[in-house]
Amino acid sequence: MSEQTVSRPAGSSRAGSDTPARSGRAGRGPGTVVKWVLIAALLVFLLVFPLYFDEFWLRTGFAVFGAAIGAIGLNLLVGTTGQLSLAHAFFLAVGAVSYTYISGESGGLGTRAALDGLGLPPIVGMVVGVLLAGLAGLVFSPIAARLRGIYLGVASLGLVFIGVHVINTWTPVTGGFNGRAAPEFSLFGFTFGNSDPQLWVLGVPFREAERLWYLGLVLALAAYVFARNLLRSRPGRALQTLRDSEVAASVMGVNVQAYKARVFLVSSMYAGLSGVLYALSIGSIAPESFTLVVSIQYLAMIVLGGLGSVGGAALGALFVTALPLLFQQYADVLPLVSAPGQGGVSAGFAARFLYGAAIILIVLFEPAGLAGIAQRLTQRFRRGRAPARGGVATPPPEQPGSAPTPSDRPAQGSDTR
Amino acid sequence: MTQFLSLLLNGLSLGAIYALIALGFVIIFKASEVVSFTHGSLLLLGAYSIARLSEPLGFLLAVLAGLAITALAALLVERFIINRLRGAPVISLAIVTIGVDIILLTELIRRIGPDILNVPHPWGGESVRIGGIGITQNRLIAMIVAGVLIALFFVAFKYSSWGVAMRASAEDGETAALMGIRQGRVSALAWVVAGVLAGVAALFLVGSPTPGVSSAVYATALRAFPAAILGGLDSTGGALVGGLLIGLAESLAAGYQEQLLFLGRGFGEVVPYVVMIAVLLVRPSGLFGTKELTRV
Repeated sequence: MSEQTVSRPAGSSRAGSDTPARSGRAGRGPGTVVKWVLIAALLVFLLVFPLYFDEFWLRTGFAVFGAAIGAIGLNLLVGTTGQLSLAHAFFLAVGAVSYTYISGESGGLGTRAALDGLGLPPIVGMVVGVLLAGLAGLVFSPIAARLRGIYLGVASLGLVFIGVHVINTWTPVTGGFNGRAAPEFSLFGFTFGNSDPQLWVLGVPFREAERLWYLGLVLALAAYVFARNLLRSRPGRALQTLRDSEVAASVMGVNVQAYKARVFLVSSMYAGLSGVLYALSIGSIAPESFTLVVSIQYLAMIVLGGLGSVGGAALGALFVTALPLLFQQYADVLPLVSAPGQGGVSAGFAARFLYGAAIILIVLFEPAGLAGIAQRLTQRFRRGRAPARGGVATPPPEQPGSAPTPSDRPAQGSDTR
Repeated sequence: MTQFLSLLLNGLSLGAIYALIALGFVIIFKASEVVSFTHGSLLLLGAYSIARLSEPLGFLLAVLAGLAITALAALLVERFIINRLRGAPVISLAIVTIGVDIILLTELIRRIGPDILNVPHPWGGESVRIGGIGITQNRLIAMIVAGVLIALFFVAFKYSSWGVAMRASAEDGETAALMGIRQGRVSALAWVVAGVLAGVAALFLVGSPTPGVSSAVYATALRAFPAAILGGLDSTGGALVGGLLIGLAESLAAGYQEQLLFLGRGFGEVVPYVVMIAVLLVRPSGLFGTKELTRV
């Protein structure tokens, strides 16, 4: 369920007493102010985060940002367009491997084999990595566009295994079974490493973790805004129609094949960027980082967050990525979780149990995911607050007519492009 | 030539095992419109139970118990999760089975750890030679058992009241329900049958030449997915053909590894997926799957 097609009509018809808040289409009422204050507070919190938290949290945060980008991308494909894909790990791998190859240096790997690398600036590696991932998505899309629903899910499974095989085999580029180190990121001479130039902000040394945090934050925000805008635009509506009914979509003039190809392109580019960030966050790439488990993790993220919701995908990424790391960090404090090699349930396993169970519960009881829960809470908050403000519940007669207006608008103006 | 024939025979026997798994997959899909990603871990559950129980119970009882456990697990999944989601979108159903798979697989991997559990097959690891072609006894028995089971299944599917009920509800669920066919029961039975088939497949999959029960068995089980897709998700005959094809392709690719070195070592394990994608390019609904028609 996408937030914007569903939330507006539902919000406006349910919260009937909330007339002032609804008066403008953009909603300039107190509810919106609260929303913007919350968003600003979150942003400020994220911006000053590195000043107060130590490296573990920053590294976790960077991993979450990277995963969030990937999850948003997968959500466009699965949640918005309804194309089940288990191939996300493959596209992540394309991005990560390309980055490592293009920006890495040639050199020996022990005594066994030599590694190739183009040694280009990391930003080139990142951009090309994203483009190549997109290209891979585009190449796969003719297959994808022909397959209906569940066939695609299993076919995309194949891509993951083929990808892992290639990484294992193509040693000069990927480092083979042992993997290879990913080059440090730098941007126009500013390295995202520990030294050079020494940087102090408000008395806090800005080392690799702090610098990467901001890189991840900027990229994740950009990815978030892009996806949100995409969903609100004409192509976004087309994709949602595609999910609801391909026949209806094509009758409405949506070119089904073309849109499927494009959403695959966009989604795999997101995955490529996420892969690059993953390589940066771990510092190396290896075949086991791109297995089916990873694809399933991404699927878990978007299901937990709520299919079709951009913010939900980010939330899901936070949940699935941070959980094992937190469990690991606090293994000795938490009940039931034990340090590795001590019998009990280790951190990674505990996290997997938790999100496996969460998937089942979400599908059974709350298909809209965390985003749905959040939405319901805000609705309850608004409804509970409205009478206290003195607003009498007087549903205005024009309400049924006014409710669909926002969602209808793009469709009406759609023939002028 | 001998090598080729031997690979062919071994491929067929592996294919027979894949066909058992794929058949379960297809039955579930036909009866409850679910693509069960739980199947891989169900199979591992069967293998694990047999391996663990054969110490206290003896081989034969352990096998029976293993089959019962697998079938029961499948039944529980159907009753507690799938049955409640009747009519949900196919993708949600697939995702919920992935959730079950995560939990079950994590627990099994945690229990198995890095070990390789041994299943004491009475036929051991010996090979037999048929006209100069070698095959392990385990695989030979697997082929026979799978053949018998599959034949039995097809007969039951065609003539038994359960088979008729299932075909009817796969054809048109609503009408079948109006005719007094209990959808829930049909679906539950399908899961049980699929569980048993997965259990039997597990029994042979962990025998020679495979070393035993390890978490790698899961990856092997997953290769039955391409088999089911290849033949067409809603075609029981397709599952059989798909399984055999995948088994043959894998065995041949592994056997001629030296000649295929440019594709990398261990290419045999990827071949099922390559074959699947190639077939899907030409026939998007698999070899024998019903083409989805859209009526406007």
